[in-house]
Amino acid sequence: MKGMSLIVKTITNIVIGFIFIYGVYIILHGHLTPGGGFAGGVIIAGAFILRFLAFGKGAKSEKKSSTTASIFESIGGLLFVGIAISGLLLAGTFFLNFLPKGEPFYLLSAGIIPLCNIAISIKVGAGLFSIFLALAAMKYVMED
Amino acid sequence: MSFIPMFFALPLISAFLIPILGKIYKPLAWLVSTVVSLVLFILALYGIAVTQQLPMIVYKMGNWPPPLGIVMAFDSFSAFMVLIISIIVFTGSLFSFRYMSNYTGQWKFYTLFMLMTAGMMGICITGDLFNMFVFLEIAAISSYALVAFGVGAEELEASFKYIVMGEIGGLTFLLAIAFIYAKTSTLNLADISTSLQVIRHTTFFWMTLGMMLFAFSIKAALVPFHSWLPDAYPAAPAPISSLLAGICTKVFGIYTTARIVFNVFGLTRANEPMVFNILIGLGLLSIAFAGLTALNQNDYKRLLAYSSISQVGFIMLGFGIGNYYGVVGAILYILAHGLAKGLLFLTSGSVVHATGTRDLQKLAGLGERMPTTAWSFRIGALSVIGLPPLVGFFAKLLIIMGAIKAGFIWLAIIAIVLSVLSLAYLLRIENSVFMKKGKIDAKKAPFTMRIAMVFLVVLIVLLGIGFQPIIDFIVGPAAHALLRGLEYSHLVFGSFTTNF
Repeated sequence: MKGMSLIVKTITNIVIGFIFIYGVYIILHGHLTPGGGFAGGVIIAGAFILRFLAFGKGAKSEKKSSTTASIFESIGGLLFVGIAISGLLLAGTFFLNFLPKGEPFYLLSAGIIPLCNIAISIKVGAGLFSIFLALAAMKYVMED
Repeated sequence: MSFIPMFFALPLISAFLIPILGKIYKPLAWLVSTVVSLVLFILALYGIAVTQQLPMIVYKMGNWPPPLGIVMAFDSFSAFMVLIISIIVFTGSLFSFRYMSNYTGQWKFYTLFMLMTAGMMGICITGDLFNMFVFLEIAAISSYALVAFGVGAEELEASFKYIVMGEIGGLTFLLAIAFIYAKTSTLNLADISTSLQVIRHTTFFWMTLGMMLFAFSIKAALVPFHSWLPDAYPAAPAPISSLLAGICTKVFGIYTTARIVFNVFGLTRANEPMVFNILIGLGLLSIAFAGLTALNQNDYKRLLAYSSISQVGFIMLGFGIGNYYGVVGAILYILAHGLAKGLLFLTSGSVVHATGTRDLQKLAGLGERMPTTAWSFRIGALSVIGLPPLVGFFAKLLIIMGAIKAGFIWLAIIAIVLSVLSLAYLLRIENSVFMKKGKIDAKKAPFTMRIAMVFLVVLIVLLGIGFQPIIDFIVGPAAHALLRGLEYSHLVFGSFTTNF
């Protein structure tokens, strides 16, 4: 049997959704409560890593996941620089918080900061997951 | 629309685009990095033109006024550094097209290459101490990965050594930043410099300065702290060696030292001769020790690496002399050495690409088979040695003039005598690789490689012949920007804080 025991697999199936939702919560509330893009991204990467550890995968699907992760990482970085550049293009200053600030302590407030958090979370989550994959891939390199 | 954030935004965007584009069509990765570095070169020329009129352009990130937000402080010295970075990055990128075709995972190479460019550009234009550290780490971490790019035993060992040494430097810098932040409650360079004047000459003042000088000496590979460099340069792919030797040590070590010593701590030769004497001591030690060690090397790139340490010693010497001629000479030396050593490492790449070895004993007779490479090497070497119409001569001349003006006749004599060493070790390569007759099999260098080398040769010759306008418009203003000292903070907070 690939991966870990049935108990671990079942538990993983139950908790993985909650971990994911919790990560999304940390990201979206980044400008209101402690946490933010980095912490939320790490939690989301944790969900992926848990799934990977519990079910186990072959070298082939690992390679595929690592390609996807690296593409998502680039997209996260591009989004972040894109937000900064759009401040320059739309309002004349690099990294300007050009969106309406809204009312403090509401979810839709703080201008570009929630968007930056989302971009950071994609970058950090994908980056951390690909670091994990690179370490896991060492196994196959060693076996060769 | 302002051009200043473009210096690090463009390479960052391309660094994130390359992994996506490189997977669709491989040569796109190379194309993006070359086009971006060419655009950076044009922007840098524009920056030089703009700084002719304005002594300082302050760009407020996100429109937060200093010292609350991060500012980019772009003066003549930054403009000069950005120009030399863009030149070496452009030629390195051009050269990589054929050189990197032997490696797998090329898009990774170009991504790291562009990240490193973004980091170096950022160090040179930022006006914020912590921001400087972040850019330093971006550039340093990408360079660790690039040194290990060949993933052989030699590369990994060199990279590991480089990581350990580099991080000791980087973390000492971070600790110094933490101390400064605790004492002055600010991270803005200009604000720090005004705050430090209140606690001038206290133990705290000297301690943080000492920690920073230690950190930058490791990054610049001055002699007691140089041990990572002779392993790292030969192990890296040739375009990266060219980048590391040409500008990395200067940006990480020399630029930061000069900026901190002159503009932030506001030291002058007249008031604090001790600090400048330490710089002179480090410089002389590097020139002598590395120069003598280079004589015994049998590896093409390792010899050049030792030569690099020795030449960086000359730059430190110029800053240590501390008067106008010394500083102008040191800045011109950054340009001269960046171009010449960048070129020499490219020729080493061309030789390795053609023959697959860098052992001086095995190489022979390449002077006839690879004429462009051979002549590029000769011009670059002559500039390093300091032969008259080339730009290296004027740099050395100005430093020696500075020493004489400051009253250090003995220093001028030692510098002249020690510069003979560079003639001795560079002749070894000329002798055994290009002059000696031999039967080693080698093709001519590919077209893009030759273009990259010829571009640098033309620059070295042109800048040497037209050195007077270079001094007047580029190097002179840069030296003035440094020698302004504490006026730096007035300029940052002064009249030019509108977004340009």
